[in-house]
Amino acid sequence: MALNDMHAEAVAGVVDRVVARYHRDPTCMVQILREVQEACDWISPEAIDRMQVTLGVPRTKIEGVAGFYAFFYTEPRGKYRVLFSDNITDRMLGSKAMMDRLCNSLWVERGKVSEDGLVSVAQTACTGMCDQGPALLINNYAIAGLTAERIDEIAELIRGKVPLAEWPPAYFKTEDNIRRADILLNADFKPGEALLAARARAPSDGLNSSNMRSWREGLPSGIGGPGATLDEIKRANLRGRGGAGFTTGLKWEACRNAPLKAGAQRIVVCNADEGEPGTFKDRVLLSRNPDLVFEGMTVAAYAVGATRGFVYLRGEYRYMLDHLNAVLAHRRRQNLLGKDILGLPGADFDIEIHVGAGAYICGEESALIESLEGKRGTPRNRPPFPVTNGYLDQPTIVNNVETFAAAALIALNGGDWYAAIGTKHSAGTKLLSVSGDCERPGIYEYPFGVSIRQVLEDCGATDTQAAQVSGPSGICVAEAEFDRIIGFEDIPTAGAFTVFDNTRDMFEVARNYVHFFQHESCGFCTPCRVGTSLLKNLMDKLHNGCGSPYDFTEIEKLNQLLQSMSHCGLGHTACNPVLDTIAKFRPYYDQRMIQQDFTPAFDLDRALSSARQMTGRDDAGAHLVSENGGAA
Amino acid sequence: MSHTFTLDGKTIPFVDGQTIIQAAGAAGVFIPHLCYHPEFKPHGSCKLCTVKVNGRHTASCTMRASPGMVVESETEEINAERRALTQMLFVEGNHFCPSCEKSGNCQLQATAYHLGMMSPHYDHFFPNRAVDASHPEVLLDFNRCILCSLCVRASRDVDGKNVFALSGRGIKTHLIVNAKSGELGDTDFTLSDKAAQVCPVGVILKKRQGFAVPIGERKFDKAPISETAETTGGR
Repeated sequence: MALNDMHAEAVAGVVDRVVARYHRDPTCMVQILREVQEACDWISPEAIDRMQVTLGVPRTKIEGVAGFYAFFYTEPRGKYRVLFSDNITDRMLGSKAMMDRLCNSLWVERGKVSEDGLVSVAQTACTGMCDQGPALLINNYAIAGLTAERIDEIAELIRGKVPLAEWPPAYFKTEDNIRRADILLNADFKPGEALLAARARAPSDGLNSSNMRSWREGLPSGIGGPGATLDEIKRANLRGRGGAGFTTGLKWEACRNAPLKAGAQRIVVCNADEGEPGTFKDRVLLSRNPDLVFEGMTVAAYAVGATRGFVYLRGEYRYMLDHLNAVLAHRRRQNLLGKDILGLPGADFDIEIHVGAGAYICGEESALIESLEGKRGTPRNRPPFPVTNGYLDQPTIVNNVETFAAAALIALNGGDWYAAIGTKHSAGTKLLSVSGDCERPGIYEYPFGVSIRQVLEDCGATDTQAAQVSGPSGICVAEAEFDRIIGFEDIPTAGAFTVFDNTRDMFEVARNYVHFFQHESCGFCTPCRVGTSLLKNLMDKLHNGCGSPYDFTEIEKLNQLLQSMSHCGLGHTACNPVLDTIAKFRPYYDQRMIQQDFTPAFDLDRALSSARQMTGRDDAGAHLVSENGGAA
Repeated sequence: MSHTFTLDGKTIPFVDGQTIIQAAGAAGVFIPHLCYHPEFKPHGSCKLCTVKVNGRHTASCTMRASPGMVVESETEEINAERRALTQMLFVEGNHFCPSCEKSGNCQLQATAYHLGMMSPHYDHFFPNRAVDASHPEVLLDFNRCILCSLCVRASRDVDGKNVFALSGRGIKTHLIVNAKSGELGDTDFTLSDKAAQVCPVGVILKKRQGFAVPIGERKFDKAPISETAETTGGR
């Protein structure tokens, strides 16, 4: 009893400290939960008790949020929480053997907590280290380039209960692997110069009009400093780099022109959630040149008249938080953030970083905003759109990390300079995160218009049978299409470029992606919540050797339903990898056809496996031979 | 301002701010739905009320009506999709109509009849969900929850109690109640709460009155849901 009281008191102290730092603001719920968990290893009922009191919100709200995010634990998960990245490229690099090795070494069952409560080992979606896999997260800190030797060392450190802070720093070193650089990665960028250029571009009367009043209320396009900056963005023909490719200038202008309610302000959000399996270019941009990204956000704030900015950093990139905060602090000291930036009256803007907690759907802009507001990351009903009714119902722009980096260069060098790079409909360059079967995985920056074939050649890919462009939600390109180009006029992409050579089973690739979507569906709408689960079951049925043409028909019907009825893009695209691989790599499916008509998913012999495990008996007599030949 | 749009060829009047389903309901046209209720803020999650607006699918409970819209609802294509969604809800939970005391008063069951659903079609998930009988007056059978969140909205917006919420994610999304024990008996929930009245399926059940009205004489036994659904509010 006394021990429990002491525990509750200690937990309450942690909660009080964290909640106070966030000014008792329930919109910071995700950050509060994260920090409480970092201090206590999990979110205990006592912690929720205390949050309920100090934040003044019902328990249901806290439990609802805590239950939504994969990295929050409302049950004890051990002092060391190991999550192996389960992207297809990590698998190809042997992640499963690594996980088995760690589990065996620590005597822990996958997905469970060790009996002494010390450690848990499980899997998570792609952690954004595909160019240096296999990778894992330990208490949300990334360790890449795993080897059997490193796994054994990690097991030893865990067994010895060595605090994470005392582990060899080399473990946590990640590579940038920049293989081809162009304007973004070559940018010899000095903090502040884009803002100075934006200020210089303003006509003198425009500079005068950059006071509080005109800044907040918006000026007609083409007038004044903010207007001149907006014009350059429009002239550059910049389109969003998150994948959807909405015209950045139009988005910014709509936000700038959106009416402000009393007490409201405009918001700039940098989407650094980068959850698409196979994408890691935002990680490299943020680690290599955070100033360029922050300056792009500040340029955006100047252009639209925003005063508050957020970076939504995916939970997998938690390890970058302290460094990024230090860069922000430095920028504040240089007057590149804060009040009257660079002496511009009324140019007030600051940036705070919110860290996600393992939810791919939060890359969708309205789900991201919900998460920023401390809620479950469920995509909103639209309209209204974020540009008019975003964060806390205020006009908000959400742009990708790479978009802001490009915007900073446009502010510096002008829109015409930028528009001249790339193709007619796709201005500028694109960062590609290349991984999979190639000699040189890493980041490649190309002007738009580069062919798939060129990328394959540059990264040293041989005997390639397929490239998955833009991740699972993108397109699977077969050899006949390798002359297609990266660009909004042909294959748009957020950046993932995953290479598969002739030794890979494309059915298993698709199955991995389907598992991903099933795991990451937010569960809000019926078609996606249930449909992705049904799809996963069908793919597993094929994997288990029970496939039939009937299952193909079912998969196609499910795809139709997901596309037409789903609430958001996750459901709309969840069937893409399956349909693409059926269309282009049919033999991998055909070889799984046991019956011509229909085969049930149920396998009597497999159903007896737990009985065999319990009795410790696995001889021939303990097996049934099924009529379908499904038994081992 | 009064305007009109067409719904399956019929002219439907509406006023500014009305959603498609509201305008259709006021005009006496039924659009199947489960998470929508005229007294509550639309949620748009069940997707049963999806219609085609100018050729594009959209949920009619969240889409504002606008002049001249061409809306399709009662087509074989859309009803087949609605039927598939209903089947999904059946296999996701444990819905055994013959043994459920909500039978005949259940919107999910009545909607399945309306859409001509003859079988569950998909393999059942058979989830393992415990029943909560801790409350003296009310039983919670989570096996039938379709995550429409009507109880969540009623408790929050009408009762001011926040007794219910959704937790978990994806297929693991589930209803929770506002108590450290996780049990309804430890909340301030009462039978007179609005949230006790709104469940469209058999999750929130009043104790000791099951089968007071015999099956065969219940609401949807007498008339199909298309003729008995609440359209303009009130029960």
